[in-house]
Amino acid sequence: MLFKHSLVGIRLNFQTLAVLFFMVIGASAYAADPTVLNTDEAIAAGKAVFNANCKTCHKLDQKYIGPALRGATDRNSAAWVKTWIANSQAVIASGDSYAVALYKEYNNSVMPSYAFLSDAELDGVLAYIEYGDKVDPAAAAAAAAPAGAPGDAAAGAAAGTGISNEYLGIILGVLAFVLVLILIVLGLVVTVLTKFINKQDLPEDDKEFISQKSDFSKVFKSDAFIILVTALVVAFSAKTAIDGLYSVGVQQGYAPAQPIAFSHALHAGQYEIACQYCHTGVEIGKSANIPSANICMNCHTHIQNVGGKEGISTEIQKIYNAVDNNQPIEWVRVHNLPDLAYFNHAQHVAVGGIECQTCHGPIQEMEVVGQHSTLTMGWCIDCHRQTEIATEGNVYYDKLVQLHATSKDALKVKDIGGLECAKCHY
Amino acid sequence: MKENKKTYWKGLEQLSNDPEFVKHADKEFVELPSSLNEDGSASRRDFLKLMGFSVAAASLAACEAPIRKAIPYVNKPIDINPSIPNYYASTFTSGGDYASVVVKTREGRPIKIDGNALSPITKGKVNAIVEGSILSLYDKQRVAGPMLAGAASDWAKIDAHVKSKLAAAGIVKIVTNTILSPTTEKALQEFSAAFGGAEVVVYDPISNFGITKASETFYGQDILPSYHFDKAKTIVSFGADFLGTWISPIEFAGAYAKTRKISKEKPEMSRHFQFESNLSLTGANADYRTPIKASQSGLAVLALYNALASKAGVATVSAAKVTVAHLDKAANALWASKGASLVVSGSNDPNVQVVIHAINELLGNNGATVDFTNAVNFRKGNDARMNQFITELKGGSVGAVIFYNCNPVYDHPRGAELAAGIAKAKLSIATNGTLDETASLVQVVAPDHHFLESWNDFNPKKGLYSLAQPTISPLFKTRQAQDSFLTWAGSTTPYYDYLQANWNNTLFATLGAGVSFQEFWDRSLFNGVVGTAAEPAALAPIGNATAAAAEVAKSYTAASTSPELVIYTKIGIGSGAFANIPWLQEMADPITKATWDNYLTVSQKWATENGVAMVEENTKKASLTVNGKTILVPILIQPGQAEGTFGLALGYGRSKAGRVADGVGVNAYDLLDSSKGFVNFDVTAKVTVAVTEEAYKIARTQTHQTFMGRENVIQEATLAEYKKDASAGRYHPEIYKDGEFVKPSKISLWNGHKYSQHHWGLAIDMNSCIGCGACTVACQVENNVAVVGKQEVLNRREMAWIRIDRYYSSDAAPDDLSGMEVAAENPEVTFQPMMCQQCNNAPCETVCPVAATTHSTEGLNQMTYNRCIGTRYCANNCPYKVRRFNWFKYHDNKDFAGVNIAQNDDMGKMVLNPDVTVRVRGVMEKCSMCVQRIQAGKLTAKREKRTIVDGEINVACAVACPTDALVFGDLNDVNSQVSKLLKIEESDSASKEVGEERAYHVLEEINVSPNVWYFTKIRNKEKNEA
Repeated sequence: MLFKHSLVGIRLNFQTLAVLFFMVIGASAYAADPTVLNTDEAIAAGKAVFNANCKTCHKLDQKYIGPALRGATDRNSAAWVKTWIANSQAVIASGDSYAVALYKEYNNSVMPSYAFLSDAELDGVLAYIEYGDKVDPAAAAAAAAPAGAPGDAAAGAAAGTGISNEYLGIILGVLAFVLVLILIVLGLVVTVLTKFINKQDLPEDDKEFISQKSDFSKVFKSDAFIILVTALVVAFSAKTAIDGLYSVGVQQGYAPAQPIAFSHALHAGQYEIACQYCHTGVEIGKSANIPSANICMNCHTHIQNVGGKEGISTEIQKIYNAVDNNQPIEWVRVHNLPDLAYFNHAQHVAVGGIECQTCHGPIQEMEVVGQHSTLTMGWCIDCHRQTEIATEGNVYYDKLVQLHATSKDALKVKDIGGLECAKCHY
Repeated sequence: MKENKKTYWKGLEQLSNDPEFVKHADKEFVELPSSLNEDGSASRRDFLKLMGFSVAAASLAACEAPIRKAIPYVNKPIDINPSIPNYYASTFTSGGDYASVVVKTREGRPIKIDGNALSPITKGKVNAIVEGSILSLYDKQRVAGPMLAGAASDWAKIDAHVKSKLAAAGIVKIVTNTILSPTTEKALQEFSAAFGGAEVVVYDPISNFGITKASETFYGQDILPSYHFDKAKTIVSFGADFLGTWISPIEFAGAYAKTRKISKEKPEMSRHFQFESNLSLTGANADYRTPIKASQSGLAVLALYNALASKAGVATVSAAKVTVAHLDKAANALWASKGASLVVSGSNDPNVQVVIHAINELLGNNGATVDFTNAVNFRKGNDARMNQFITELKGGSVGAVIFYNCNPVYDHPRGAELAAGIAKAKLSIATNGTLDETASLVQVVAPDHHFLESWNDFNPKKGLYSLAQPTISPLFKTRQAQDSFLTWAGSTTPYYDYLQANWNNTLFATLGAGVSFQEFWDRSLFNGVVGTAAEPAALAPIGNATAAAAEVAKSYTAASTSPELVIYTKIGIGSGAFANIPWLQEMADPITKATWDNYLTVSQKWATENGVAMVEENTKKASLTVNGKTILVPILIQPGQAEGTFGLALGYGRSKAGRVADGVGVNAYDLLDSSKGFVNFDVTAKVTVAVTEEAYKIARTQTHQTFMGRENVIQEATLAEYKKDASAGRYHPEIYKDGEFVKPSKISLWNGHKYSQHHWGLAIDMNSCIGCGACTVACQVENNVAVVGKQEVLNRREMAWIRIDRYYSSDAAPDDLSGMEVAAENPEVTFQPMMCQQCNNAPCETVCPVAATTHSTEGLNQMTYNRCIGTRYCANNCPYKVRRFNWFKYHDNKDFAGVNIAQNDDMGKMVLNPDVTVRVRGVMEKCSMCVQRIQAGKLTAKREKRTIVDGEINVACAVACPTDALVFGDLNDVNSQVSKLLKIEESDSASKEVGEERAYHVLEEINVSPNVWYFTKIRNKEKNEA
């Protein structure tokens, strides 16, 4: 048993308005250590370091796995904060009262040592946490509203892209209604006019003309009609059959229920945990890796419930059970390539610089992961035809770039053998 | 080749142009009855039935995809990442056979064994058995746990039982093969001390007791010397198969090849004489080979001694005169290269070995090429002691006997007596991992871990040590045998701690200077090897050869007329310990090209006299009687077999090896003679051979995939010719075009490919290739190549991607049988590894109707299984006959479960390479030039944002090759080893201009422009003659 349960869950504060209120007050009330730089370069450099090392547990203005960081150099001196970052355990061991209190407040959870960060990097981090990404109170309030209810995010995103489907439906409905109305009115007009003419004394020819009935049955029996209908039926069935055959083995949209109701929308979307944090193999090997339970426990040792509820959530309890019983979690595999196709994540992510979303879709919005792309060979090949190679700074491609320099088109995957069989089949 | 008048032939049926051979050679695929219908054709109704089934099956299969699970670790070990291999340095041993290895594991499963380049002994090389041994780990017939009286038990019960029985047993004996591990020996001593000095009886199935005994007589120490073949300019071997099976063949093959590689800068090579009865792998590589009878061999050694003694002015010994061709030439060559020559003998007769020691002493080789000061431990068996033990056991005076990972019931000449004696001991224990012939007879089976699951240390040579570490958790409830011994001796120290403590107390002081023990241990474990051998020094002899020479003169005869049986070891099967590995059974023997059998090799002359003709696989059985024991054994006519002798291989005829090896071949251990106090492999008396009428088929691959008599496949010259003209022996075909003769490469239908980034190629030196076959097994392991079993080999459907073509050559084509006898008497042998030549103008690519085989931008001829519809046009159009068709589904098919175990049972499948598809029925396959390794290497370079370093990508065959005969690399990189060998100028064109005069393409005249080059074979002979 590796992890000790802590019975006191941390309440994650979603009551954003309240937070924002305190934040706004806080922002005006504290004064940072004057040694902290307030230059754009320092803040930008610090942000990069922060995102690489700190973001997993800290936010600037929100309590997260660790405390909200803004104001850290107000609460303590910049030098103290640097010592803490370098080796927090040493500071705690030294008996520093603030450090000990902080440690206790966060259930004795250990912040790893960051002694490898240089002093300049630490200056940047401090600059960033004090002055970086300051939130304009009004904008924050506006942004916070959808964030409070994650489910609305998708609707909000969709609204921005021209006329939505619903509006289109309404417009079409109204148009249809108007057309039917016109038809009825025209029918009434015809009836009234016919009655009026019939009352007149007209020659026999005209009468016949007016009272003639159109014979539709002849149309149905005509050769042209039969040929047309047969052709349409055959074409439709053929299309259905071909589409059906092409979809054999294609599991686009396959979103099986998983043993744990894990939400990518929550972890990757709302908390912006980097994909690589859990999928550790994605930049080094063929498999992206389904995270092992010990990776879940990095955070879930402390986070035991969501939405500020007390106790352990039943879903998180399943991770604890897996660890306690040394019984791995049997996830259902969503993306299944046939054995005859070789796909390597590292090639695409680490070398090609392809975003996860390019193939996996808006994974940060998925409550349940589903197969976004078709994963057919045509789909692979299309991408290989269109995608430019990330050659910059990679000596491996130098010769190819040089040879390709005379061409007008960019160097694409297809140009270096990306359509060849034995790149994926062996 | 045009200049010499040699005829090249793969088998006697080709030489005699037998109608059956011609019929088969004409056809690409031999027609066989189909499994569908008796008369070989599928009826219309069958077709409709199958059609209906397939449609139904396809639509059913389409309904729902199976749910697959993705199961991560609970707690992922930090250095194990799915899909990324880990490598661990370890050691292969089986008795005294040794190789320092690196084990490749994927997701915690060992899947491939490669050599450890840091080892000063095996230098990163392996042989077929080492390559294949990995499958024995996944043998589901291994003993699953301790057994008491034939029933499964548990370790606590076993320990209590053994301890109480041992205490009351009286005399305790431990029987073992050579132990290379100093710490194991220490543990055994501790055990021995706890039970009143229990004796450790050491024997070796392939005994070299003769040499150690001779060393004791001549030098006063019973040791095996180190041999330095790399320092020898003249090598003379009397029946020692040092390239294949003798003592430390991996080491010797590598050293020997160093003396055989020639270039313009170093136009010198060693001269190798071989005097032997059977045509061995070593004999096949010799410059001068003389077939001699086993009964003459001692006198031939004496004759050489006398010739050298008279040159040295030392007294000669009296011996019957024997006429042996090339012996004088050998003596002269030896004398001319005194101090840089080497004489070895494969005889186990201590007297012969004394004379050999004396010859090396005369030549001043002691301390130069033969080094007694750095003795090796590969064979410590004592035949005399083992003989005595068996007599004691039979007599009932042994109270308890423990067999430590050895199988004497099978692999000792007196195995049957031993089997009867085991029951007389009060307690019998075996630590063997399988219920083999010995373990199935004992009361207690305390199974040891497999060597890939164990900790151990090894001391192969004085001053050199290596370690073995577990590469997988034990698959069964086994326990390391050393732990068993320590537990029974009352110790509670686990063997791992015991091993570390022993290293801390002994080796650390001398080898770990300047570092902490932990650092020393970690570094040794990481490297797998530690220590260096001292420079060779001469050891002063204390005896002389007079007495031994007199004995030899007495016991050998110059002109015996009685039949003689020379029992030998095959490179693929060895002693038979790994006989249950189907890769090794199906590996074609380098010389006979036979699979799945042992057989009686006979000379063509004897066959003609006795009315035996062998056409293709069809032969007859002979009844072989040795010293009253009669067995039936199939006959194989072997060119080069010494007149009046017969050969028979050990390692077959297992009865309890497992489902693969049981009942394959006959057991020749029974026929060995141990009456003279040593195990004698040459049975020169009481042998009779009679042909029976029983027909038999031997599955040989030698005439499969023939070249239809095209010339220039083999191109060769002598050293003298080469020195005059580096392109000697080369055949330069020219084709008439527009009024002049031009090189075939000047005429092409194709525009030619451009390879902008890489151009993979392979250079094969036929001078270095000794034909050992390590590459063929390495390829099979790496590429998940199916084993098809004997019947399918007989049907000419073996799947090997790389084969080694063995060509015999003789001076002239024979017209009749007597001519054939002359040709087959002692032919020259040439080995040529043959795999897909990755042609730039590939004939296979143009005929595929579905573009399943295509060309890559890196020079590879790609085979796409999922696109292949099995027309086999490509194989028909391949001039090299290197394409293989999947006639059956070889995986998950009960018909092949008994042979293709790596693709059929759950345990066996763990050895499969996850990066290579297991092929289905109905598709073509062939050498891919290990494209999975190329892709992986490229990805590593791309990830690290650098260019590829020469050597980081290497094909499995080249990695395994003990002589570095195959060199793989990027022809676009002018600094790569392969480009330097071929002397290639920078170019991105597919057809590179090659500056090396020896390099040629097989079948150059058809201009398929292969990416595989061969280097002419150069023989160190005076005349170009066979």
